[in-house]
Amino acid sequence: MAARAVVLPAWRSLTPARRREALQGLLFISPWLVGFLAFTAYPMLASLYYSFSAYKILAPPVWVGLRNYAYAFNGDPLFWLSVQRTVIWVVVTVPLGIFGSLLAAVLLNRGLKGTNLYRTAFFLPSLTPTVAAALLWTWILNPRFGIANAAIEGLTGLRGPNWLADIDWALPSLAMISLWTAIGGNRMLIFLAGLQGIPQELYEAARVDGAGPIRTWWNITVPLISPAIFFNLVLGIIFSFRVFAFAFVVTEGGPARATYFYALHLYTMAFRSFDMGYGSALAWILFLTVLVLTVLNMQLSKRWVYYESLR
Amino acid sequence: MFVFPFFWTVSSSLKSPRDILTYPPPLLPAVFTWSNYPDAWTTVEFGPYFLNSTIVTGATVIGGTASGLIVAYGFARFRFPMRDALFALCLSTLMLPPEVTIIPLYVIFKNLGWLDTLTPLIVPSLLGGGAFTIFLLRQFILGLPFDLDEAATIDGASKLRILFDVIVPNAKPALAAAAVFSFINHWNEFFQALIFLNSKKNYTIPLGLYSLRTYAGDPGEPKDQLLMAGSVIATLPIIVLFFAAQRYFVQGIVTSGLKG
Repeated sequence: MAARAVVLPAWRSLTPARRREALQGLLFISPWLVGFLAFTAYPMLASLYYSFSAYKILAPPVWVGLRNYAYAFNGDPLFWLSVQRTVIWVVVTVPLGIFGSLLAAVLLNRGLKGTNLYRTAFFLPSLTPTVAAALLWTWILNPRFGIANAAIEGLTGLRGPNWLADIDWALPSLAMISLWTAIGGNRMLIFLAGLQGIPQELYEAARVDGAGPIRTWWNITVPLISPAIFFNLVLGIIFSFRVFAFAFVVTEGGPARATYFYALHLYTMAFRSFDMGYGSALAWILFLTVLVLTVLNMQLSKRWVYYESLR
Repeated sequence: MFVFPFFWTVSSSLKSPRDILTYPPPLLPAVFTWSNYPDAWTTVEFGPYFLNSTIVTGATVIGGTASGLIVAYGFARFRFPMRDALFALCLSTLMLPPEVTIIPLYVIFKNLGWLDTLTPLIVPSLLGGGAFTIFLLRQFILGLPFDLDEAATIDGASKLRILFDVIVPNAKPALAAAAVFSFINHWNEFFQALIFLNSKKNYTIPLGLYSLRTYAGDPGEPKDQLLMAGSVIATLPIIVLFFAAQRYFVQGIVTSGLKG
C-alpha cells in the first residue's frame, strides 16, 4: 500500500539516533493513535458496512447492498422533508450567524467604553448549555405567558404569534434561539482576533489616499479577515447541517414536522426504531454531503481568501 | 438583547406559581420564592445529575488535557515519518460529524457493557484529549524556543524529563485555555449523554434538564419557574468559570492562530 511504500524507505534512511527519536515520537502520540483507531477509524468503517446492511441490533447485520440508500432517496417519506427543513435552516442561520458575529466583533473592536463588559455580555449566551437555552427561550416565547408576546402587545397592541407552537413560526423561532447562542461566541472571538491583527498603517494609508469608510471596509478589512470568514463559514456549514438539540428539546420536530431536521430523522430511525442499517446510511449521506461542500468551499476559497503569509 | 434573557431566567426562577401565570408577566417576582431552587433540585433529583456531570467533566478535563499535552508534545518536538500527515488527519476529525460514528460506538459500548454508565463519555477523551486540545497545545509548544529543550538535553535530561521540567512550566497559559475549552464542551454535552445513558440516576445535567421539561409534576401547577431554576443551576458553574478564567479564553483563540 502507498503508506508502506512511503514509510519503509523513509524509515530505512534514518540514522539510529533519528530512529529512536521517531519511536519516541510515535510513543508520545500513541494515546491519540489508539483512540483514533478505536473510536474513529473503526466505527467509520463499521458504519459504512452497516449502511449497506439490514441491521436491527438484535441480529447480526445482513448485507443488502444499496437498499438503504435507495429507500432514503425513493421510499422514505420523511427523508426529503427533513432535507428540506435542514437546507432552509443552513441557508438562513449560516449567513446570519457569520454576519452577526462579525458585526459584534467590529463593535467590540472599536474600543468604546465598557468594551470588556460588552464582550462578556455578548459571549455569555454561547456558554449556556443548549438545553438550558432551549428551556428559557421556550418560556420567553410562551404564547400565553411569555414575555415576548407581552412586550409585543404592550408596544404595538397586536397579538403576538404562537412562536414555537405555530407551524410557520417554529423554524424561525428556533433559528432565533440558535443565533442568540451562536453570535457572541467563538466565532466572534475569531473575528475579533482577525480584526485586531490588521495593521493600523493600512488604515492610515487608506485615509491619506482619501478612501471613505465603505472603500476601507471592502478593500482592506474584508480581505484581511477573509481567512477568518472562511474558517467560520466552513465550520458553520458543517455544524448547522447537524442541527439536533434545539429541535429535539424544544419542539421534537414539530409542530407538524415543521422543525423535523435531518439529524432528528437520523436519531429517530437509529435509536427509536433501532433501524441501525438505515441510520448508518443516513449518517453517511450526511457526511458525504458535508464533505463535498467543504471541498467545494476550499476550492472556491482560492478565489476570495487572502493569506498574508502564504507563499 | 443578549443579557436580558439571563435576567429573565433568574427572575422567572424566583417567581411563585401565581406570579408565573400573571399576564403580562411582571419584571420582578412579587415574592422571591427561593424555595424554587430546592424544589427543582429535589423534584427531579438534581443531585445525581450534578454529581455525574462533575465526574464526567472533571475526568475529561484533567485526563484529556494531560493526554492531549503528551500527544501534542509528540507532534511538536519529534520527527517521524508521516508526522504531518497524521497531524492533518487529527485536525480533520474536528470536522467529522459524530453521527457517522455514533451508531457503531453504540454497538461497541453495548457489547462492552458500558452502556448506561459514564464510561463512554470519559474514555475517548482520555485517549488523546480531543483534536482541539491537541491542536491548541501543539501550536503553543511549537512557539516555545527549542533552546530550552536543548539546554536540558545537554544536562542529560530524557525527553520525558524535558516535557515535565521544561514544557509544562512554560505552557501553563495554554494548558489553562485548553482546560477551559474542554470544560465548556463537556459540561454542555447533550447528544452523547442522550445516546449512551438510560437510567435517570446516570444522567448528566443537560440530560437531566431535558427530563425536567418532560416531567409531569402536579397537574395544574405550572412548573416553568422550576425549569428556570434548573436552567440557572445548570448554567451557573460555566458562567462562574468563565469569569474566573476570562483571560485564558481569548488567549486560547489567539494562541492557536486560528485567525490566519
